[in-house]
Amino acid sequence: MQFALLIFESPEAFAVRNADENDPYLGAWRAYYKALVEADIYVGGNPLQPPETGTTVRLKDGKRRVQDGPFADTKEQLGGFTILELPSLDAALEWAARCPAASIGAVEVRPVSPEYKGRVTG
Amino acid sequence: MSGSEQESTHRTIERVARESYGRLVAYLSSQTRDVGSAEDALSNALVAALETWPRDGVPQNPEAWLLTTARRSFIDLVRHRQVAEASEPTLVLLREESKDMTLSPEFPDERLKLLFVCAHPAIDPAMHTPLMLQTVLGLDAARIAHAFLISPTTMGQRLVRAKTKIRDGGIRFEIPQERELPQRLDAVLEAIYAAFGIGWDDMAGVDQRGRDLAEEAIWLARVLLQLMPGEAEVHGLLALMLHCEARRAARRGPDGRYVPLSEQDCQKWSLSLN
Repeated sequence: MQFALLIFESPEAFAVRNADENDPYLGAWRAYYKALVEADIYVGGNPLQPPETGTTVRLKDGKRRVQDGPFADTKEQLGGFTILELPSLDAALEWAARCPAASIGAVEVRPVSPEYKGRVTG
Repeated sequence: MSGSEQESTHRTIERVARESYGRLVAYLSSQTRDVGSAEDALSNALVAALETWPRDGVPQNPEAWLLTTARRSFIDLVRHRQVAEASEPTLVLLREESKDMTLSPEFPDERLKLLFVCAHPAIDPAMHTPLMLQTVLGLDAARIAHAFLISPTTMGQRLVRAKTKIRDGGIRFEIPQERELPQRLDAVLEAIYAAFGIGWDDMAGVDQRGRDLAEEAIWLARVLLQLMPGEAEVHGLLALMLHCEARRAARRGPDGRYVPLSEQDCQKWSLSLN
């Protein structure tokens, strides 16, 4: 089954993206990505632009409410996601723990819901 | 059927239900991870047993009868939920297995896996014990809620939420790998001991339900020991609980006051538990 690793990062971690190639956090990510591909469990994923580039939309009483910024204003923000093909939650937790963001931010593990997607797109 | 015969049939159902509940729930849910549906299916089977056994007599292998009936009910339940698309492999699996089942009443004991699932680190630790009491021993939410001093509705909701997580969260029914085993086994032992502690805390012994919980914990530990006879920690926990339980009758004076071990009346200690 597929699991999404939701990568939550602190402002400091987001700032690293502008750092040079030798930054240890970036290096850790490169090594992590390589390990995922080598283990043949990597399905997809992408980093996201920093939270301040986010725009939140709600429809209230038929009117569009657009708000600058992410949905929840917390210190750690969603910084990216990775989809992995793994047999169990335990395996997913194992890989989440190895993710560089786990040591300075947090990684939420969520199963991807294929049957629901089928009902929406099918 | 005479009254006494009927009574004995009811007693048989009660005994089979008690002894087989956890095994049946564990087996039915191990393939599908759907503990809630497994419990519902088994309840339906028990209701059917209460209806038909007094009339037609107790079947030769009551457990196999319950399993077959529960399995049919399980398939109906899953079909009813109209998640047919995702569950098709599950249904095929269940159907195929039921063919073998008619040949042999034996089925694997998956209770150990169920215990590890209940005490999985991804499940709220506060729910480890309630989940075990419900899925392995078949205690209802109201009784568990009473022991945990929260409302039955809240306990019911939390149990449902935990079971949804088990079903959809990707928690597998498996024995943890050796590297993780000590930590995971600790969680199981802690949950069992928590049940015993709650029963034990009922100092005055006025509350039969609290006292039952201590017995349920001992039952769980015996199940665990039977499944992991080589684990010293399991032996230790069971020994500790039996040691306490044997002195239960002596730990309170007639006025309900606490009696220290050195002043207890040894005549009241249970020899069979000691």
